[in-house]
Amino acid sequence: MANQKPSLQFSRRAFMRTSSLAGGGLLIGFNLFQACKPEAKAPMNLAALDYSNFNAFIKIAENGAITIFSPNPEIGQGVKTSMPMIIAEELDVAWDMVHVEQGILDTENYTRQVAGGSQSIRLGWEPLRQTGATARQMLVNAAAARWGVEPSECTTSEGVITSPSGETLGYGDVVNEAAQLEVPEEVTLKDVKDFTIIGTDASNVDIDEIITGKPLFGLDYKVDGMVYAAVVRPPAFGLKLSSFNADKAKAMPGVLDVITIGEKARKLIGENPGIAAILNGTDKVVVIAETTWQAMKAKETIEADWAEDTKLESTEEHDKILSDLLDGNKFNTMRSDGNIKKAFAEADEILERTYESPFLPHNTMEPMNFFADISDTKVHLVGPVQTPEWKAGAVAQMLGREPSEILLEMTRQGGGFGRRLYGDFVLEVAEIADAIRKPVKVVYTRDDDMADGIYRMAIKYRIKAGVKDGKLTAYHLKEAAVNSNMYGLIPNFFPAGAIENYQVDVAKYDSNITTGAWRAPYTNFLAYAEQSFFDELAEMMEVDRVKLRLDLLQKVKGTTDDRIQYSPERMEKVINTAVEKSGWGKQPEGVYQGFVNYYCHNSHVAEVADVVIENGTPVVKKVTCVVDCGIVINPLGAKNQAEGGVIDGIGHAMYGELAFENGRPTATNFNNYRLIRMMEAPDVEVHFIKNDFAPTGLGEPTLPPAGGAIANAFKAATGNRIYKQPFSKFPELLKVPEKEILG
Amino acid sequence: MPTYQLTVNGKSHSVDVSEDTPLLWVLRDHLDLVGTKYGCGIAQCGTCTVHVDGTAVLSCALKIDQVGGKSVTTIEGLSEDGSHPVQQAWKEVDVPQCGYCQAGQIMKASAFLEKNPDPSEEDIKRAMNGNLCRCATYNRIYKAVEIAAEKMK
Repeated sequence: MANQKPSLQFSRRAFMRTSSLAGGGLLIGFNLFQACKPEAKAPMNLAALDYSNFNAFIKIAENGAITIFSPNPEIGQGVKTSMPMIIAEELDVAWDMVHVEQGILDTENYTRQVAGGSQSIRLGWEPLRQTGATARQMLVNAAAARWGVEPSECTTSEGVITSPSGETLGYGDVVNEAAQLEVPEEVTLKDVKDFTIIGTDASNVDIDEIITGKPLFGLDYKVDGMVYAAVVRPPAFGLKLSSFNADKAKAMPGVLDVITIGEKARKLIGENPGIAAILNGTDKVVVIAETTWQAMKAKETIEADWAEDTKLESTEEHDKILSDLLDGNKFNTMRSDGNIKKAFAEADEILERTYESPFLPHNTMEPMNFFADISDTKVHLVGPVQTPEWKAGAVAQMLGREPSEILLEMTRQGGGFGRRLYGDFVLEVAEIADAIRKPVKVVYTRDDDMADGIYRMAIKYRIKAGVKDGKLTAYHLKEAAVNSNMYGLIPNFFPAGAIENYQVDVAKYDSNITTGAWRAPYTNFLAYAEQSFFDELAEMMEVDRVKLRLDLLQKVKGTTDDRIQYSPERMEKVINTAVEKSGWGKQPEGVYQGFVNYYCHNSHVAEVADVVIENGTPVVKKVTCVVDCGIVINPLGAKNQAEGGVIDGIGHAMYGELAFENGRPTATNFNNYRLIRMMEAPDVEVHFIKNDFAPTGLGEPTLPPAGGAIANAFKAATGNRIYKQPFSKFPELLKVPEKEILG
Repeated sequence: MPTYQLTVNGKSHSVDVSEDTPLLWVLRDHLDLVGTKYGCGIAQCGTCTVHVDGTAVLSCALKIDQVGGKSVTTIEGLSEDGSHPVQQAWKEVDVPQCGYCQAGQIMKASAFLEKNPDPSEEDIKRAMNGNLCRCATYNRIYKAVEIAAEKMK
């Protein structure tokens, strides 16, 4: 089993360096992201190592105050709080002694070529602990040298070092000596049982700034002389600009210029065709104005003519194409065990169902925006993006500049959900700023944001199961998706490994509508399809729903298949805990429950939805959510993530839908696109399994099971199964038969 | 462009903007008060909520010439130092994830509690239903409003 990956091998000196501060104190530099990547490599020449290799710092002042400078982009997942907690734990200081600051932009000392990713805590766990422990050891070594004792005889607690005879020194007392010492190669990490910070509640480190409205986000960033850009993009996928008239816009107050861009984007696409997946190469009309409102208003007056460049697609058409793909034979096989054909031929009973999902926009509350200031001597980019390194490289290529000329700063980000991975808006603002040579910020209107997205693609799943002699003997999962298919280890998630004859096949249709990652890619819909299917399968097999799952897990125990990364033991535990905590099967009269279990992002989750009938329709009142994500760093933040994931999952399963007609999305703002609101949000009771496993993902894994949990509870309440999202489109299925209400 | 006088967070300001400029953009672009956020521009999400004479108003849909002599309060002026009971409750519960919508949530909750100091569960949910939170921190927002109501008694 692969519950505990071997720890990363790296040299302390490879990613840390210390120096004394001019005004006294110790500065420890380390590369947070390099250290957190599995492929982290030590620089070849240690002597040449300088601070340009580092992007995070721990500063210990002579008064003992600890500052951790974190370069992290924060998109709401809480890593700006939880990652420094891991360092502080091993440094052995009290959390209230620690101040976390967003790393200041200091190009003299370090670069910010950093990368995000949903695996921050899992990959960062070991190196962050090593960093804190190494700093602690250097302070202890300095104190021991002063006392003339062995470092191993000294102890630490809350920033104070104690000698064998009971003398004490604060960390601040020895920082200047510690700064002169070699970085030790061997350090001892704490026992999990000795943790004093990890596992305790810590408030969001930016809470005071958030509640008082301080400038934190990309939309808030300003410099003197900055102008605003509003962009007229094609109103439909497949259209290109043929002509436009900007006379009205040019006459409006505050409008400085109207330009077109696209040439540089096309050049970049020519050199780097892959980028066409996220970047539209057509000409766009850009209004430059003194204020955001003037730019947005003038944009509305642009009269543009568009010509059909590629086919204008529609949801109706996609629907047919995806069904044809499922019926056809153009599949790639992602996993194949045994012989499903034979097993289906021999089966006593077969169940086959098809599940359908629409496109979804991300709808981050902060619309896409980005700042650029470009001159012959600088390319300065600022704003919310999750992949700065990738985008800085693409901007350099597009503008014909050296990568070293690009300075990209990240702000706090008003939600990500995958949208800010793509940074198409960074390339757009760079082309604009390069043309006008003024500091400029592109701000998407909400309509721009929803209509010019990189969407969760429409997908259909068809699942077929064969039962022989009361046992599940065959399982065939087929995926038909727009643009791209499931990847990585997804085909090996539960129930892979549990069924003798098992196959996963995928097929895709290439569309001109841009698509990409959306919170918990693929599993955000697959979990509902499979868990809904399991519910129906249990009914057909006349076995208990939970027992069906537990029995399947027995078959996975002891597997030697290293593609199977879920743990049957840990899954069993979350299932049993969910049964106990939710009162599964013992619910009061009038409460209907739905059960799911799922594994993704290296975490195991089980959820039970409780539904009651109000006015003849089922209403979700509560979800019990049990998570095994290993050690929980910050329970206060972790619960927030888990609750948000469940409610987000319910919201999109219930209401989320972006349809297309003639290449144009049919909804472009919150008046006709429905997001879940407070009155529809159920109570969420979160339980974490306590264990000593290394921490795993939490920003995503509670979302995928939620749709299945409510679908299964709706079936229990109404007798109806819903095979298509969003559920709210099927009011006739969300209705309790009248005789039951009367009865 | 006409000149408008307005009072924001107790200070008077004079701005030269066209008469249809939404209060939201006057606050953000002209007065550098960026705590009030842009979300949808059509009064659907609550992100831009401010107080006008003590009432919660969606500043994206209020034109500058409709503000007149009324007194505007933004998140920056709700308290000097984050000490308003609603802000304190938000901190106590640790409501935010990304944090972008929270200024609007706080402004909505504080205006609501002034008018309804002893709200029922239904009252709170109805009042806050207009404010979207894409991270879905709704249960914490609810709890913070409940706690703030206690603190304000």
